[in-house]
Amino acid sequence: MAEAFVSKAADFKDGERRIIIEGETEIGVFKHEGQFFAYSNYCLHQGGPACEGLTIAQTIEKIMPDKTSKGIHFSDTEMNFVCPWHGYEYDMKTGECTADRKLKLDKYEVVQRGEDIYVLT
Amino acid sequence: MEFLADRERKLSLAELDTTQVLAHATQQSRQYKYDDFMIVDVDAHHYENESFDDMLPFMENDVLRHLSMASRLKGARAHILPPQIGTQEMGGRINRSRMRSEEKTPGSKVRDAQIAHRWMDAMGVDYSCLFPTPLLNIGMHPQSDMEVDLCWAYSRWLTEKILPDGDGRMYTMLPLPFSSPEACLRHVETFGDRKNVTGFMVTTVRNQGVYDNAYMKVYRAMEERGLALAFHSGPNWAEPVFKSCNRFISVHALTFPFYNILHLTNWVMNGLGERFPKLPVMWIEAGLAWLPFLMQRLDHEFMLRSCEAPALKKKPSDYMRDMFYASQPMEVQDIEAMECTFRMIKAETQLLYSSDYPHWDFDLPSTIYNLPFLSEKAKQNILGGNAARLFKLPPRNEAQKANLLKYGNIAA
Repeated sequence: MAEAFVSKAADFKDGERRIIIEGETEIGVFKHEGQFFAYSNYCLHQGGPACEGLTIAQTIEKIMPDKTSKGIHFSDTEMNFVCPWHGYEYDMKTGECTADRKLKLDKYEVVQRGEDIYVLT
Repeated sequence: MEFLADRERKLSLAELDTTQVLAHATQQSRQYKYDDFMIVDVDAHHYENESFDDMLPFMENDVLRHLSMASRLKGARAHILPPQIGTQEMGGRINRSRMRSEEKTPGSKVRDAQIAHRWMDAMGVDYSCLFPTPLLNIGMHPQSDMEVDLCWAYSRWLTEKILPDGDGRMYTMLPLPFSSPEACLRHVETFGDRKNVTGFMVTTVRNQGVYDNAYMKVYRAMEERGLALAFHSGPNWAEPVFKSCNRFISVHALTFPFYNILHLTNWVMNGLGERFPKLPVMWIEAGLAWLPFLMQRLDHEFMLRSCEAPALKKKPSDYMRDMFYASQPMEVQDIEAMECTFRMIKAETQLLYSSDYPHWDFDLPSTIYNLPFLSEKAKQNILGGNAARLFKLPPRNEAQKANLLKYGNIAA
């Protein structure tokens, strides 16, 4: 399995991303809450740049025990990234499409060797 | 520019470049060899409001022109088009919209033509039918004379300043000021013979009945000229029946097909297909899923109550199969349902690819090209052959010519 250089570890701040292009492959690498996540940059919908859009918390609807709704709010724990072409949202930690979790972006392993970050392609 | 997200996350973009935004579309275009067959996008958009300083001087009435141009002044509390409540870009998730007005266009052609050529080239589109954006809501304007004058100014500006820079690849169906049948007729008589004008468009977010006798001379004028009549839908949260919707997703899902269902039903039940058999009629931007429903519903009612629609000489669905449909948005969720829809509307000859670019739910040509149940002929017809036949668009290279000939979309 080939390794593609992503960044110097010190240069990759939490909340940032890199788009790695290796031949025909494009991979989006995110650093989120100290962890690295890497996915195919091709949206499962129409092939848009899935990893190049907004990162934004998952929205949740607060349904109370009496079944009433307290409206829509941002999750405190779940973060998504959004394909900027049409708005397909993907779970940062799994690459699952949040509207249909059967759909998943191809996931890549990220490793640190010394001061360098690599993605395994 | 920074895009505000939640929890202090931000996305920074230095500048917007449509070619870069659509880089993956370009990859598809090359992979599928789109150059070898014609692709026509029958519904693309520009933002005429970003060029109001150039467009509004074409208004004819001096007072309305003054009011409209004064609305451009800094600090003016004036709106010349009906507002549209909604969050199309979903809080910045569709980020190209926010920077659109800052996209650089250093070339010598007008800005809207340069940007259109960028998305057309990226997607592999040979021809685009250009429609406005805010003006799609003109049917809700309370002032008929303002609707008439804004449509007039748009049509002059588009045909005199924008389309001439389109390198022959951009055409249009101009918006009719439908609240005034007299003005509609003047529109057709004035602009109907202009270069790159292939027809006229009724914005369907409106309440006029298409069957009104006052419109017959308008339809006849279009039919005599060999022009097409398009109906273009849109969202409208202000429509009374939709005021109970509490989310824009609901409004967006329902109102687009709602308006086309409404006006198509009126068109069919009043026998307009019999009265204007040579007038091509096209329905735009409502997807396709509503069509099997409406065909079945209208046919059922017609079998029971044909006494109320005596002008019809065949079933409503037969008239619907004579019409044309723009493909976007392709609701590809149940492939067998979609295949059934294609069969019911005779998609091979009646469906025309549309992107709706740059709007948020645009479709690439691959939404047609990748459908597993289509023959090569059907793919090429839908992507461009049907439009080439309908609008008499010439092939741009020998391979396209050969394919148009092969599938009977141009004369030998």
